[in-house]
Amino acid sequence: MPTPWLFGLLGGALIGGAAAILLLINGRVSGISGIFSGVLSPKRGDFAWRLVFVAGLIIGGALGFVFYPEAYHSTVERPLPIIALAGFLVGFGTRLGGGCTSGHGVCGISRFSLRSLVATVTFIGVGMLAVFILSLFVHGR
Amino acid sequence: MREIFVALFCGFLFGVGLLLSGMTLPQKVIGFLDVFGAWDPTLVFVMVGAIGVNGLAYVFIRRRQGPVVASTFHLPPKRPVDGKLLCGAALFGVGWALAGYCPGPALVSLASLQGDVTVFVIFMAAGIWVHNRLFPI
Repeated sequence: MPTPWLFGLLGGALIGGAAAILLLINGRVSGISGIFSGVLSPKRGDFAWRLVFVAGLIIGGALGFVFYPEAYHSTVERPLPIIALAGFLVGFGTRLGGGCTSGHGVCGISRFSLRSLVATVTFIGVGMLAVFILSLFVHGR
Repeated sequence: MREIFVALFCGFLFGVGLLLSGMTLPQKVIGFLDVFGAWDPTLVFVMVGAIGVNGLAYVFIRRRQGPVVASTFHLPPKRPVDGKLLCGAALFGVGWALAGYCPGPALVSLASLQGDVTVFVIFMAAGIWVHNRLFPI
């Protein structure tokens, strides 16, 4: 992929723009784990926009699948039980911590929220430590 | 009804942003976390782009009485940093490092119909569901 940093910056700008529009028009924070949680544990009158937002994410993904398949050329191979454990930890952890990379990392830090800053530093720090420990046992990634 | 279209559009835009930025590739996320190995800085640029645009927009949005269509802003209440926040973020960090997916890119990647990410999303949903059972909102 040419100039990944430029793609990163552009993609990031789209993410930030989408989050800004959702807040400006609908008054909602673009925290993906929170939005998805509201789909799984629905509350009356607070369900449809969440379902449709998640559908939008997947439609965007499907568009990429057709026009930009490189975006799915994963080189990470993990045993399925590890993938399952990772998924469970991400789901449980993001809800316990009240947000993920989008809700805390993008939206929260944009609002100068101390909680979001602390959460972001924590999950990045622990993630770096985990990758380091993992690299002692597994060669390559 | 307008809110529904806006949510669909924003979800779509958000998904295209994640895709374009390379965040649907687990090796780029794990590469960012691999500071003692072959470090990949792409995620830093994604965060700079996202926080740059969103933070600038927020300066203007916060001056408004309310959102354009909905009746009020639904912002999380100001609370102190607590143990739940730290434990949750730490557990998320471990899961993030193990698979290289966070919730957004995982949901976007469902469209690729790959087995790994499908399993990841099913267990992510289970994790969320268990949390919501243990700590009802």
